Amino acid sequence: MTIHKKGYYGDFGGQFVPELLMPPLLELEEAMRTIVPSEPFKKELNALLADYVGRPSPLYRCPNLSKELGFDLWLKREDLNHTGAHKINNTMGQGLLTKYMGKKALLAETGAGQHGVATATAAAMLGLDCIVYMGAEDVVRQAHNVKRMKLLGAEVVPIESGTKTLKDAINAALRYWIAEQATTHYCFGTAAGPHPFPLLVREFQAVISLEARAQCLDKMGRLPDYVVACVGGGSNAIGMFHHFVPDETVKLIGVEAGGTGEPGCYHSAPISLGTPGVLHGMRTMLLQTSEGQIEPSHSVSAGLDYPGVGPEHAHYGATGRVRYDIAVDDQALAAFEALCRREGIIPALESCHAVAWVLNHAAEIPKGSQIVVCLSGRGDKDLGIIEAHEAKLGGAK
Amino acid sequence: MSQSILTARIMEALGAGRKALIPFLPGGFPDKERFFDELAALDAGGADIIEIGVPFSDPVADGPVVEQASLDCLLNGTCLSWLFYELEKRKGQYRAGLVLMGYYNPFLQYGLEQLAADAADAGVAGFIVPDLPLEESGPMREALERYGLDLIPLVGLNTSEERLAAYAKNARGYVYFVSVLGTTGMRESLPTEVKERLAAVRRIFSVPVALGFGIKSPEQLYAFGDLVDGVVFGSALIAHIKAGGTAAEFMARWRG
Ligand SMILES: Cc1ncc(COP(=O)(O)O)c(C=O)c1O
Repeated sequence: MTIHKKGYYGDFGGQFVPELLMPPLLELEEAMRTIVPSEPFKKELNALLADYVGRPSPLYRCPNLSKELGFDLWLKREDLNHTGAHKINNTMGQGLLTKYMGKKALLAETGAGQHGVATATAAAMLGLDCIVYMGAEDVVRQAHNVKRMKLLGAEVVPIESGTKTLKDAINAALRYWIAEQATTHYCFGTAAGPHPFPLLVREFQAVISLEARAQCLDKMGRLPDYVVACVGGGSNAIGMFHHFVPDETVKLIGVEAGGTGEPGCYHSAPISLGTPGVLHGMRTMLLQTSEGQIEPSHSVSAGLDYPGVGPEHAHYGATGRVRYDIAVDDQALAAFEALCRREGIIPALESCHAVAWVLNHAAEIPKGSQIVVCLSGRGDKDLGIIEAHEAKLGGAK
Repeated sequence: MSQSILTARIMEALGAGRKALIPFLPGGFPDKERFFDELAALDAGGADIIEIGVPFSDPVADGPVVEQASLDCLLNGTCLSWLFYELEKRKGQYRAGLVLMGYYNPFLQYGLEQLAADAADAGVAGFIVPDLPLEESGPMREALERYGLDLIPLVGLNTSEERLAAYAKNARGYVYFVSVLGTTGMRESLPTEVKERLAAVRRIFSVPVALGFGIKSPEQLYAFGDLVDGVVFGSALIAHIKAGGTAAEFMARWRG
């Protein structure tokens, strides 16, 4: 990887933040250099990951779908982590780092509420205060996760400004962090934002591919042919890809959310369909007008509903190391049903985009291939959306 | 390099025995017509520099008043090309130095070279970009310098002396000192550390110092004596206009 400047991946990344946020970012860079690689920190984090999160997560071969598809479909089961998604890998890491840095509180933004729940969980477990910023619209859409956060002791602040969704929650969290930087760590939820967040989040999510690569060698006796992950901000995907990046024979596939797929629809596919620009502290691929105003995004899966993407993904898109494709809402819903019915696994709608890519591209995948999909989360949180979708289909019949 | 118009305006105010007055008005506020009336009123009312806001969908350094005004202006169609077009028609009409204040992405999408050229043609003298810290400011500063325009640095209570010195190296126009660890918006009182930091800023920078963010009334400045050369007020002016007031009345209060 070529980092020309500090915090850059090729042309993407950087630190486009108010000067008032530079001191806490520099402090965090320093903590990454000194605390994260230290033995006591590593030991404590690994123990938490093993005993609290439940790592390593299994690499599981889907027996039924593999038979139908004619190649081996493996799932990296991040859905089996405590709190039901990969998000906890990051929040335990950043939560512990916060304690080592001597700060007292965790601040988080959340869209679907998964990262909010994972942050609230880490805060409760580590004895930290927790405040979560969430778009007012998401507070309504994801009422269950709001309740979970509150049960865990977090304060949830609904954001009424802008589009009232994730991007506005990030704006609000950045504003709050300016004022509370002395006591509070901003626990960014995905591998995006200003440097060093993309690097820090990757550091904590890379455990996914560290385990998966070894599990592949163990179970397949070789490296896989394809590694597939959904891309929202990009944290499960960068965690899933990281240790495979140097393995040139392994095809890496990032799947963005295409929204409804109708011409001109809102979507969440900035690498495939966006243009470069600056938002939330980073130069990256964005959904924006020609005048540089950020456009609303859309996906059936709230966790992918974001108009930007982490800078390392923008870079891999530009270099071609990762192939970024799109799956639309209906394809994700079909993948949801396939995993439920054929494998007895209820997946998160986000992860379904990655599974959908495999189902959509089955014809081009050679028989006998080994394919690993990051099953980033479980689907219990999505039952309301599934019910609404079924009601709509029922009504249309 | 020629002396900055912005520095010159502040020095003139100081020469007249007062602080420079630097109102902030979002471009296209309260609507596209009235904006230029208010701009003219600010100028006639004694503004030395006028900061014109360029709206952005995601203004992370702004509090609720400026954010809402900015989003309203986006809806009424305010954009850079409109601002440049209208300002160029009125070029030479204003005594005040004009500065555009906005987030980086709209400037970047416009094209930095084109931006600098069109800004110079429109009579704009400088830019303030709240999400462009030292580390990322090179390309824009270089483009602006080619057209004799200033990139005004923003520094604050938590900016180390080392960083202040790095900003000071390239500073032109004035340095904007952010008076609170927070976003734009009115505050009843300013933190006590402001004075201490201002002394460091004064020592390290050779350009004039303007104080902004949280300023509500002229009385707030008394404590700082000679440490500040100018004062920026935004939210208070917006709130005044929203409540049915005019820029002329507002300026009268500040002229004292
Ligand atoms: C289960 C799951 N997968 C994926 C994502 C998308 O985030 P990222 O792209 O950072 O992995 C989310 C976000 O909420 C999620 O909950």
